[in-house]
Amino acid sequence: MDTGERASRTDAVRGAAWAAPAVLVTAAFFLLPLAVMALWSLWTRTAGGVDRTLTLANYARFFGESALVAALFNSLETAALVTVVSLVVGYPVAYALAFHVPARWQRLALVLAILPFWTSYVVRSYAWLLVLAPNGVVNQTLIGLGLTEGPVRIAYTMTATVLGFTHFFAMLVALTVYAGLKRINPRLLLAARDLGAGAVSTFLRVTLPLSVPAIATSAFLTFVLAIGDYITPQILGGNTSLVLPQAILFQIGRRGDVPMASAMSLVLMAVILVACLVALRATRTEPAR
Amino acid sequence: MTLPQSLALHGVGKRFGAATAVADASLEVPAGSYVVLLGPSGSGKTTLLSIIGGFTAPSEGRILIGGADVTAMPPAQRPTATVFQDYALFPHLSVAGNVGFGLAVRGVRKAERRLRAEAALDLVGLAGFGDRMIAALSGGQRQRVALARSLVVEPAILLLDEPLGALDLHLRRQMQDELKALQLATGRSFVHVTHDQEEAMALADIVVVMNRGRIEDAGPPARVYARPATRFAAGFMGESTLIEGTVRGRDGERLAVTTADGEFRLAADAHTGAAGAAVAVAIRPERLRLAPRPGDVTVATATVSETVFQGGFVRVKARSEAGTLLLAKVPPEEAPAAGARITLFAAAGDLVLIPGDPA
Amino acid sequence: MMPRRLARALGWAAVLGGFYVFVYLPVAVLVLFSFQDGRLPVPPFNGPTLAWYGKVLGNGRLLEAAWNSVVVGVGSSMVATLLGFLAAYGLARHRVPGRRLIHAALVLPLTVSYLVIGLGLLVTFNAAGLPKSLLAVAIGHLVINLPLCFLVAAAQMGPAEARLEQAARDLGASEWQVLTRVALPLALPSLFAAFCLSFTLSWDEFVIAFLLTNFDVTLPVVIWSMLRTGLNPETNAAGTLVFAVSLLLVAGAELVLARRGRAAR
Repeated sequence: MDTGERASRTDAVRGAAWAAPAVLVTAAFFLLPLAVMALWSLWTRTAGGVDRTLTLANYARFFGESALVAALFNSLETAALVTVVSLVVGYPVAYALAFHVPARWQRLALVLAILPFWTSYVVRSYAWLLVLAPNGVVNQTLIGLGLTEGPVRIAYTMTATVLGFTHFFAMLVALTVYAGLKRINPRLLLAARDLGAGAVSTFLRVTLPLSVPAIATSAFLTFVLAIGDYITPQILGGNTSLVLPQAILFQIGRRGDVPMASAMSLVLMAVILVACLVALRATRTEPAR
Repeated sequence: MTLPQSLALHGVGKRFGAATAVADASLEVPAGSYVVLLGPSGSGKTTLLSIIGGFTAPSEGRILIGGADVTAMPPAQRPTATVFQDYALFPHLSVAGNVGFGLAVRGVRKAERRLRAEAALDLVGLAGFGDRMIAALSGGQRQRVALARSLVVEPAILLLDEPLGALDLHLRRQMQDELKALQLATGRSFVHVTHDQEEAMALADIVVVMNRGRIEDAGPPARVYARPATRFAAGFMGESTLIEGTVRGRDGERLAVTTADGEFRLAADAHTGAAGAAVAVAIRPERLRLAPRPGDVTVATATVSETVFQGGFVRVKARSEAGTLLLAKVPPEEAPAAGARITLFAAAGDLVLIPGDPA
Repeated sequence: MMPRRLARALGWAAVLGGFYVFVYLPVAVLVLFSFQDGRLPVPPFNGPTLAWYGKVLGNGRLLEAAWNSVVVGVGSSMVATLLGFLAAYGLARHRVPGRRLIHAALVLPLTVSYLVIGLGLLVTFNAAGLPKSLLAVAIGHLVINLPLCFLVAAAQMGPAEARLEQAARDLGASEWQVLTRVALPLALPSLFAAFCLSFTLSWDEFVIAFLLTNFDVTLPVVIWSMLRTGLNPETNAAGTLVFAVSLLLVAGAELVLARRGRAAR
């Protein structure tokens, strides 16, 4: 009577065989490199090459050197700011699209909102540079309107980085929250109105709580993608207040310090991991289904 | 091509963890029978069908088709074919592509495939539908395509999982007749799962009543209806009045049963009725009448609590002095009023002895 | 006095209008000043010229990089789609011990920044003595796209598809026939979508390509190097061209999916 057992074993082998190539690729080109990087982070660079004694010196140096700690805090500050601003900009847009645009125009409105993002990422950051440059569109308009005397310094500051990030992530938030809002049963909103809740009260007591999962998802995505990005801060933020990815590439490119860059990469990964765990906790407290 | 073959289950059981889905199911089905597995949801009828089809491995017991043990055989090799509840038609293939699928995977050539698929479609009344896409069909048409797809591979036994469940009532009765005709035409055994007892009675040569993973009763529908083996079979295959009692003793061919409504003497099977055993006396509602005929026994005197006009008859609910609920179907012109005191009679042979304690 | 409904409608219109201006502003400026008759892509606009486009189309390095991007994108996306599908099929249809762990491992790269993935590959390839190359970039893009393709394919492996595969087995299909005649055709539309998504991400990916290439580079890397010349209408023209090509591809993919969708209906 072992037929069931034997069948389940061949079944397991078959399933494993289908999954094997993907697992091998992930192991060889993702997990192994992480392990190699972890090993390198415990070595140190010397004048002549690499000292292979295992030490936490790189981590100690990272947290001891104010410029590097500052990069970590710049990253956290930028990502947090981008998350909040993107939610503040994106949520009302999603709400307006879901409830104040006729149903048959909504798809077109969404397509139009995504359209500009088919430019290359690098080009998009460059385009913001055109807008924010001292002699760019914004400054020339401000001066033309007589609002300022000389050009306002926006390009190559953290403000420009946040603005450039918000451009993309506000769209992402709007899309995610829109999908969340459309999943709310419209009868719930009618029921709330029927029971005497005003528009504001309905929003605060029904719509907003029901859109929390979409808010959490988009906030998590925004934070994690923004904190790991190199392009936008490098093009728009310049070299004034470096974020962690810039500092990592600086270690590699200018100083050739692979062990230090590895250690910093692991710190960056740890930050993202913490964000993941926080997000996981936040979504777990949601009522199931 | 497989010939019609018999089906036998020997002590088949299936446990999912601690839950028992099917327990000790044994059944003998001659070739060319229409078998209906009847039971409420969760009774194990679908699991049993899935075990016969080879989709679920039984925890114990054996399945024999045409005398050969197929217990360890995967579905692809079993001489069975299944019509799934949602039909499981391939949306990426045309009607002909669906019907010809089983032939294609056997390496049957295109020209022959085409012919046999067309013949199968003809059999189910869909001649000329071959080029349609599945999405363009109605529910009833999909049902027929699913039938044709399973029949074209000429299975020894066709398995049908609630095949009429998704159809509306009118279509269901029509398809019911067509299924029966199809089974007779092909001469193969059909094993059909349903929870609809009318469907079961209309179709089955053998009805198998299931409850909580067990086979409660199995036999021709007329027998199962008239003389159900268990309390559950009595209740699920239509309604019954149940009068609870205990066996007082055996009197030759007859068994004396003491109840709160008096003593009854019933024909007894050899294996039922040790003195003191709890039993029930069951009577079908259409067997109860208000005026006695020669040879009738008095069942009970009762007060009518409710009458419901149902067209050809009136359904009467009444409560006896001992508190037993009685159900009777009487002609409209004889119907008593609510509150009236009535006496109910029945032929002695219509009283059925059912063993066991009340559930 | 203005009716309250009208005021409210105007308010929402302002929210949406402001958002669309914000979203379109940089792209509009980019495109407009790609036609700038002058050396600086900033106001005032001096009138249209196609000179910069001529310069871009004469830029062999740019065109070569664009072709490299296509090759890397198509190659890595095809492999990612195939491996993702196979893994999703294996894990969804067979009871593999530890499948939750395998699932998690396959999705894990999504939570890691591209920079870290690129750096890890750089360090590892260095240690193994492998040179920087487009192949290395393609491997990097395979790593970032495999989780997405896997998830898209896994989403297509629901109970409805499982029943269809069961029906195929019941009708006598072998495991291979189940895969090629049922599972794969059913998954095809979503695999196409996964391929398009994957290609888009590869086409646009900068950091990994930047770290893993030397001489043969991809399009984002060339554009990056063009930024060193500062604000320049030629960069505008190159960016506008990339934008136009992307839009054409998206429209083409939409058309294919729409036609398939209509055929299925």
